[in-house]
Amino acid sequence: MVDTHNSEGTGTRGGFSLLSLFRRPEAGAAAGFVLIFLFFSFFGWDKNFLTPLGASTWLNFASKVGIIAIPIGFLMIAGELDISVGAVIPAGGIVLAMAVGLYDLNIWLGVLISLAVAGFIGFINGLIVTRTRVPSLIVTLATLFVVAGLNAYISKQLAGTTQHSLQDVGPVSEFILGDYHSWIIGEGDNAFTIFRSLQSSFFIWIVFAAVCFFILHVSPWGNWIFAMGGDQDSARNAGIPTNKLKIALFMLSAMAAAMVGMTEAVLANTASTTTQFGMIFNTIICVVVGGVLLTGGFGTVTGTVFGTLTFGIVFQGINFTTFDKDLNLLFIGVLLLIAVLMNDSFRNMATRASTSKKK
Amino acid sequence: MADQAPILELQNVDKSFGPIDVLSDINLKVHAGEVLCLLGDNGAGKSTLIKTLCGVYTPTRGKILMDGKEVHFTRPRDAQEMGISTVHQFGGTFPLMSIGRSFFVGVEPTKGWGPFKRFDRKTANEISVKAVQDFGITRIDDGDRLVGGLSGGERQSLAIARAVHFGARVLILDEPTAALGVKQASHVLRIVNEAKKRGLAVIFITHQVMHALAVGDHFAVLIRGKLAANFMKGEKSREEITDLMAGGEDMATLEAQIAGEDTELHSPAHVRTSQQD
Repeated sequence: MVDTHNSEGTGTRGGFSLLSLFRRPEAGAAAGFVLIFLFFSFFGWDKNFLTPLGASTWLNFASKVGIIAIPIGFLMIAGELDISVGAVIPAGGIVLAMAVGLYDLNIWLGVLISLAVAGFIGFINGLIVTRTRVPSLIVTLATLFVVAGLNAYISKQLAGTTQHSLQDVGPVSEFILGDYHSWIIGEGDNAFTIFRSLQSSFFIWIVFAAVCFFILHVSPWGNWIFAMGGDQDSARNAGIPTNKLKIALFMLSAMAAAMVGMTEAVLANTASTTTQFGMIFNTIICVVVGGVLLTGGFGTVTGTVFGTLTFGIVFQGINFTTFDKDLNLLFIGVLLLIAVLMNDSFRNMATRASTSKKK
Repeated sequence: MADQAPILELQNVDKSFGPIDVLSDINLKVHAGEVLCLLGDNGAGKSTLIKTLCGVYTPTRGKILMDGKEVHFTRPRDAQEMGISTVHQFGGTFPLMSIGRSFFVGVEPTKGWGPFKRFDRKTANEISVKAVQDFGITRIDDGDRLVGGLSGGERQSLAIARAVHFGARVLILDEPTAALGVKQASHVLRIVNEAKKRGLAVIFITHQVMHALAVGDHFAVLIRGKLAANFMKGEKSREEITDLMAGGEDMATLEAQIAGEDTELHSPAHVRTSQQD
């Protein structure tokens, strides 16, 4: 009796249904992306929004936000926030630049040191948040300024400047960390451009997103992250090491931020201590537009990627249209508002969605 | 059954927070296949007693025995490993996770190897749905459904099925019917009965006497941290239990007071209005 019931359930589950589509949390983010993409494709057509070179403008921009947005999304699913990334990005760049320029270390050793420094900052963030139960917004706000201060002070003390140059790191390292890539098939008139002028950060983003997708949605760790954001006490009682996991997530977000700082430094051949306050908001916007719930327990990597693409298009796309560029921020604001409202209704649908027939 | 050692026993347990004694001299036993109803008004010490049983607090004095042997719980995990499982009022589940995922939180079934271990969604869904259906909740047939979409009673049932599936021997239910409607509550009571039939010891905390009488074998009433009564099924009527819970004589005095006020204050007013009519 139970078995027949079960197989019936499986039957409906296997088929395509609108409900199961709504139940996917990234559905809203994907729909939003498609709308925004079509909108800008139409209005930006004449100004090359869709040409490989035009597309790389917003893709490159999106990739840097995206690398940080994914671990920020993890943290938000787990019920936390990290705004210290704004200072960890330049920290990642200057540590690498100083390791290579000042101490003549191998570039990859420099990368490791930079990641280690970022990991340490994340560790401190996580430690304070888990030990004191002070909201992570406040803790990371404090570390944002602490790290920003250290960036300026240490680089002045060690190198006497806040602008570090990072020259000639070798062709292979540059290829992987920070360069422009193009892929053109054919010759002369028959040449077809697959992509053009995409930065290394774009490819790092894609690989990182794939790894993070595996962690959150395929591996059992993902379940722990969701459980932690859903109900921390229950998660701990179920045997999940919530404190360790949280610290690891803070380390991941800091290391991702440092990675972005490093690719920027290698690409521009220079690293600066300027704190990237804008990036704090950009990452949070991408995550929220991507359908991650601010209160935790709900969200996807795919959604965050869609959210980041949408954000990248809106942020850069206005340059391809005839709209006044001053409207840029207004667009972002409206987008965020719509996204939050849509997420709410999508979540309600997801909760109610059931493939079983009501009896 | 009585000659067997009880699964869980409290001997002279006291719990104080600084100078405040919350529990004093509690003696309780619960056997396998028995439902112990713990009754008491708000602030009677019910929650403290549960938290002591499930390892959140350690008793200030006295002993906790399992199967006749003394045990010490320093954290909730210790109690869980001994087979004591607590289900809270709202089920302690994760509203935005699927049934299959939330069922296996912390003990995920996996496929694959090493760092490439994958969460086995199919197995998780099948086992969780079967576990709930075995408890008679046949409406749950889709493990991908989000827990938040279930009714309160279904969520409780899911949580109880989960505890039983993972080998609980003592099930502590903290006000499982408090937030539920009549029909949902009867669902949960049926599941409590089912758990009892499977040989679990159930500690059922409630302040609804009707629900307690429906499933209980053994009743204990807590008043201001003390065990005011400890009796078996059929030994006391519903009225007697309600009186006990509310503090017995206190209630009678209060009733008399209200009745007195009624005659002194309200009746003349009532007479006046009726005169005006």
